[in-house]
Amino acid sequence: MASHALNGDPADNPTFYLVEADEHDHSAGGGTLLGFWIYLMSDALIFASLFAVYGVMATSYAGGPTPREIFELPLVAVNTAILLVSSITYGFSMLAMEEDRLGATRLWLIVTALLGLAFVGVEMYEFGNLIAEGATPQRSGFLSAFFTLVATHGLHVTIGVIWIGVMLVQLVQRGLHVENKRRLQCLSMFWHFLDVVWIGVFTFVYLLGVLR
Amino acid sequence: MFDSPILKTIFGRLTFESFPVHEPILLGTFIVVVLLGAGIVAAVTRYRLWGWLWSEWFTSVDHKKIGIMYIMLGIVMLLRGFADALMMRAQQAMAFGANEGYLPAHHYDQVFSAHGTIMIFFVAIPLVVGLINYVMPLQIGARDVAFPFLNNLSFWLTAAGAGLVMVSLFVGEFSRGGWLNYVPVTNLQNSPDTGPDYYLWALQIAGVGTTLSAINMVTTIIKMRAPGMTMMKMPVFCWTALCSNVLAIAIFPVLTGAFALLMLDRYIGTDFFTNDLGGNPMMYWNLVWIWGHPEVYVLVLPVFGIYSEVTSTFCGKRLFGYSSMVYATVVITILSYLVWLHHFFTMGSGASVNSFFGIATMVISIPTGAKIFNWLFTMYRGEIRFELPMRWVVAFMLTFVVGGMTGVLLAVPPADFVLHNSLFLVAHFHNVIIGGVVFGLFAGIDYWWPKAFGFKLDPFWGKLHFWGWVIGYWVAWTPIYIVGLMGTTRRVRHFDDPSLQIWFVIAAIGAVIILFGILAFVIQIAVSIINREKLRDTTGDPWNGRTLEWSTSSPPPAYNFAFTPVVHDLDAWYDMKSRGHARPDGGFRPIHMPRNTGAGVILSGIAAVLGFAMVWYIWWLAALSFVALVAVAIGHTFNYNRDYFIPSDEVARCEREHALLAGAA
Amino acid sequence: MREHLFLARPQRLGRAALAGLPLLLAGCQRAVLNPAGDVALQQRDVIYISTALMLLIIVPVMALTVVFAWRYRRGNKEATYDPDFDHSTALELVIWSAPLLIIISLGALTWWSTHLLDPFRPLNRISASQPADPKVKPLRIQVVSLDWKWLFIYPELGVATVNEVALPVNQPVRFDLTSTNMMNTFYAPTLAGMIYTMPGMQSTLHAVLNRPGTFDGFSANYSGAGFSDMHFRLQGLDRAGFDSWVAAARASGRTLDTAGFIALEKPSERVPVIHFGAVEPSLFRRVVERCVEPGKPCMSEIMRHDSHAGGAPFDNRVGAGMPAGRQSVPPHGNKPEGALMKDNDEKGSAPNVTKPRGSEPPGSTQPASPKNRDMSQTTLPPVPGVSGTAAA
Repeated sequence: MASHALNGDPADNPTFYLVEADEHDHSAGGGTLLGFWIYLMSDALIFASLFAVYGVMATSYAGGPTPREIFELPLVAVNTAILLVSSITYGFSMLAMEEDRLGATRLWLIVTALLGLAFVGVEMYEFGNLIAEGATPQRSGFLSAFFTLVATHGLHVTIGVIWIGVMLVQLVQRGLHVENKRRLQCLSMFWHFLDVVWIGVFTFVYLLGVLR
Repeated sequence: MFDSPILKTIFGRLTFESFPVHEPILLGTFIVVVLLGAGIVAAVTRYRLWGWLWSEWFTSVDHKKIGIMYIMLGIVMLLRGFADALMMRAQQAMAFGANEGYLPAHHYDQVFSAHGTIMIFFVAIPLVVGLINYVMPLQIGARDVAFPFLNNLSFWLTAAGAGLVMVSLFVGEFSRGGWLNYVPVTNLQNSPDTGPDYYLWALQIAGVGTTLSAINMVTTIIKMRAPGMTMMKMPVFCWTALCSNVLAIAIFPVLTGAFALLMLDRYIGTDFFTNDLGGNPMMYWNLVWIWGHPEVYVLVLPVFGIYSEVTSTFCGKRLFGYSSMVYATVVITILSYLVWLHHFFTMGSGASVNSFFGIATMVISIPTGAKIFNWLFTMYRGEIRFELPMRWVVAFMLTFVVGGMTGVLLAVPPADFVLHNSLFLVAHFHNVIIGGVVFGLFAGIDYWWPKAFGFKLDPFWGKLHFWGWVIGYWVAWTPIYIVGLMGTTRRVRHFDDPSLQIWFVIAAIGAVIILFGILAFVIQIAVSIINREKLRDTTGDPWNGRTLEWSTSSPPPAYNFAFTPVVHDLDAWYDMKSRGHARPDGGFRPIHMPRNTGAGVILSGIAAVLGFAMVWYIWWLAALSFVALVAVAIGHTFNYNRDYFIPSDEVARCEREHALLAGAA
Repeated sequence: MREHLFLARPQRLGRAALAGLPLLLAGCQRAVLNPAGDVALQQRDVIYISTALMLLIIVPVMALTVVFAWRYRRGNKEATYDPDFDHSTALELVIWSAPLLIIISLGALTWWSTHLLDPFRPLNRISASQPADPKVKPLRIQVVSLDWKWLFIYPELGVATVNEVALPVNQPVRFDLTSTNMMNTFYAPTLAGMIYTMPGMQSTLHAVLNRPGTFDGFSANYSGAGFSDMHFRLQGLDRAGFDSWVAAARASGRTLDTAGFIALEKPSERVPVIHFGAVEPSLFRRVVERCVEPGKPCMSEIMRHDSHAGGAPFDNRVGAGMPAGRQSVPPHGNKPEGALMKDNDEKGSAPNVTKPRGSEPPGSTQPASPKNRDMSQTTLPPVPGVSGTAAA
C-alpha cells in the first residue's frame, strides 16, 4: 500500500529531484544490449514461424523428391562443425577484447568471418547441387519450406559476416572504443544465436528428414 | 506500344495503362491531392520553412516531435480511410436490385481492402505509437527513449509504408484481398496484378518500423525509469504501453514471416499458399491471425491506459484497484496469444478445438470486465469534471460494453456458426475499435494536447466532435448489427433484397454524422491554434494531473526534465504537489542529448523506392535501391558523433523562461 | 451545464430506440432469428441464452456508469468525495468473481453446445419433439463452390443443380463440401449456419429443414469479383414435392460429365439455376482430390507415391514423376512463374483494372444489364437448353 505522507511520515522532506549525479546517461550501454537481445527474440520468432511452416509442409512432396533422396548428411555435418567452431573462435575474440588486446580480437574475428564464409559457401554449393538436380524451391511445398528456412539462416550468417567486416574496419579506425566494444557484444549475441538456430535446423530438418 | 524490350527493362510492367486517367473518381481525387500538395509545397517554400522542417522535425530524434509526427500521419490517413468508408456506405445504400451502385467490383473490393488496411496499420497503429512515444518517456521521467535514432527510423518506415499505399491509389491498383490480403484470392494465379504486391511491400516496410519501435519502447520502460519508480509505481499507461509493445514484439515477426512467404510465392513461385503442389492456404490464415488477434490488444491496451489516466485525473482520485488493473493487463497480454482460431471456427476444426478457443476467448472478458469495474469505482466517490477527455471515457464505457458483449457472443462457436462473416461481426469489431480504440485516442489527444503545445483544445468544437462521433457511431452501426442478424454477409457490393435498403440508408446517414464529427475535429484544431492565446496554459499542469508529464513545462523543453525527478509514490506528481516539492532554480548542469540525423529519412525513402520497384518489376531500380539501402545503413554506423551536451546556461535560460511563465499565471 | 448536456444522451438514445422498435421487431422475423431448420433453431437459442447471461452483468454496468457519472459530478455537493478510496478487497473480489461466474456458466454452455451442434456430428433429433431415426441414413448432398456459383450433387439420386438446392422437409441431410479454387463459406442462415469450403479439402455439415419454403443461401467468405452475387436458392419441399423436383431435374436431359464440369468451372457470375439429370459418379471425389482433368493424378495417389518413392525432380507440374501417362496440366493452367523468373516480354502491363476493356463506353443505360457489372465479367459457359448461359 502506498503511503500518503502529508504528515507524520519519517520522510517528511524527501528528495524530489536528482540534483547531483545523473544515472541516466550511463545506462545507455545496458539498454543497447537489452534492446538487441529483445530484437534477437523477435528474430527467433521469425525462425519459429518458419520452423512451424516447415513442420506443416515437411511431407508435402507433391510427387517430387523426398529428403532422403536429396540431403547429403556428411556435407551438412561438416557445415555444422564449421559453424560450431566459428562460435568458439568468436568467443576467443571476445576474451581478447575483454583483455583489451586489439590484435588478437581482430585476428579471431577474421578467423570467425572466414569460417562463416566457408559455411555460406558450402550451403551455396549444396543449394546449387539441389537446383541442378531439379529439386528447386518451386517444385513442392516441402522444398519451398526447406529452402526458405535454411536460406533465411544463411542470409543471417551472411549479414553476420558483413557485420564482422564492418567491425574490422571500425576497429582499425578507432580501436577498442566503448561503442565498438558494445557492438562486438551485440554481434557476439547475434553469432551465437545463429549457432543455436542452426542446431535446430540440423536436427529438425536434416536428421529428422533423413529418418522420416 | 508498351512492349519494346527496352521499355520493359526500364519500366517493368509500368505502362501508361497503369494510370487511372479514365476513372473520374480517382482522377478527381488525384487532382485534389495534387492541388493540396502543391499548395503545401508552395506555402513551405514561400515561408522558407524547408530548412526548419528538415532540421527541426524530419531529422529530429526527440521522442516528442516523433510522437507528434506519428499522430499527424495517423490523422491524415484517417481522412483517407474514412473517405473509403463513405464510398462503401454510399455504394451499399444504393446498390439494391436493378441499381448496381456506382462502384464496379474491382473498385469496390479495393476500397474495402484499403479501408481496413489503412485504418489498422496507418491510423490506429501510428496514433497509438505516437501517443506512447510522446507521453511514456515523460511519464517515467526520462529524457528520451532508449534508441532515439531508431525511433526516427521507425516513424519514417511507417510513413514510407503509408506512402506506398497512397501511391497505389494513382499508379496501378491496391489489393482486392481484404485487409489481411487473404490467399487464395491474392495468389499470383488469381491476382497477377500489382494490388497484393503493393499491400505486401507497404506493410512489410511499415511492419519493420513497428517492430523496431516496440523494441525501443520496451527497452525504454525497462531501463530508463526515474529513480524510485519501481514497476508497481509506474503509471498505468506505461504498464499498458509495456504490455502492448511486448505483445507487438511477439506477433509482428509472425506477420513478417507470413508476408515474406507470400512474397516468395509471388516473386519466386514457391508453393506455400498455392492450391496445388503441396501448398496450404489455411496456413496463411493461421499465421496472419496469430498476429491478427493479439494486434487488437496491441491497440486497445494502451488505450485502456489512457482511459485509466483520464479517469483518475478528472475524478480527482487515485485509480481504483491499481494492482488488479496491472494484473488484468498482463493476463490479457498472455491470453490474447491463445485465441486466434476463433476467427475461423467455421473452418471445421472439430468441437473440442473450437470450444477450447471459444472459452479462452471468453476468459479474456474477465480481466477486461475487471478493468471496466475499476474505472467505474474510480468514478465512485470522485469529483468528476466533465472536460472533453472524461466525456470520451463515459461514452467509451457505455459503447464498449456492448461491443464486448457481442464479442463474447461471437466466441460461442454455435452462435458464430450463424454470425461469422456476417455484418454482425463487422458491426462488432467496429463497435470495439471505434467505441474502444478511437474514442480513447481522441480522449488522449484532448488530454495531452495542452502538454504538447501549451494550449488547450477548443471545448465547443470538441463537443461537436464528441457528439458527432458518439451519435454517428450508434446511428451507423446499430443497423449493421440488425442486418447482420438478418443473415447479411460482409464485403458485398450489391443486394437483391429491397427490404434491407432502409438499414443501409440509416447506416449511411450515421457515416455522414461521423463525417461531421471528423470535420469538427479538424476545425477544433484550427480554431484552437488561432485562439491559442486565449486557451494558453502556462502552468504545465492544466488538468491538475497526477503523473510526471505534468511536472514539466508545456511544451516540455527538449531535455524534458532539467533534473530527473525522484519517485516516491504511484501518482508521482500528485505526491510531489501534495508534499510541497520545490523545483530547484539553480545548479543546472549540462545535459547529454542525442543528435539529429537524416539517416532515418534517407533509409526509409530508399526502402519506399525499393518497394515501388519490386511492385512494378523494375529489377534494376530494385537492385540499385537495395545496394543503396545496405550502403547507407553501413555508412550510418561510421557516424560516431551522435550526441552533444546542452550547455548549462542554455538549460538555465530555458528553465527561467518556464518559471516566469508559470509565475505569471 | 456541461453535465446536463452529457446526461441528455441516455434519454435521447431511449427515444431513438423506442422509435426503432417496430423496425427492429420486423428485423427479428428474419433469417438468423427465425430459422426453418432445427440446427439453426438451436444456434439461435444459444444466442438468446448467452445474450441473456451477459446482460446480467452488462445492464448493471451501464446503469452504474450513468448513475455514478451523474451522482459524482463536480457540481453535486451532496455526493461524498473521497480521494483516497482506491482499494477495497471485498469490492475487488466482486469485480473479478462476477464476470468469472458468468464466464463459467457461459463456458459450460459453450462446451456443451459446441459438441452437440458440431457440424460433423450426425443429428440425433429432427426437431425438439422428434428424435432422429438411427436407421434412416441422411440424404447426402455434395457441394462444390466454383468461381462464382454453387454446384450441388445428389450422389444417391444421380442429379445435380447449380445455384439451387432442394431438401425434403424433416429429412436429415449431410452436406460434403469442397471448392475448386477460392475459399468460400456455405451459408444458409435459416438452415444450419455456415461452413468453409476449401480447395483440396472436404468439410461436412449435418442439417435438417423443418419447414417448407424458399430461403436464401450465400457465400459468406469473400472470394473475388463475382462474390456478391454468389447466391443459391434453398427449397424446402414436402416428400411429393421433392420427388417431382428430382424427376424434373432428371427430365432436363443434361449430363454433368468431366468436360461439362471443366466448362462450368470457368469463372462466371450470376449464373441462373441449371439442372442436370445425370452426374459422373466420381466427380466430387475428383474435385476434392484435385484431379478432375483427365490424366491428372489424384492427391491420394500422390501421397501413396510420396510415401515410398522419389519423384521426377526436373518437372514442375502437378504429379510429375508419377508413373507415365498421368502427367497433365493442372486445371487452372500451369502454375504461374514467379515474378523474378519472368522475361521482359512476360512482364506484361499492369493496367488499372477499373479501366473499361473495349473502346465502347462502360456500362449500359438499361437497368440490370450485365454491362453495369464490373469489367471482369466473363461469359457464361454454354449449357444446352438453358437460356442466358450461352456466350451472349
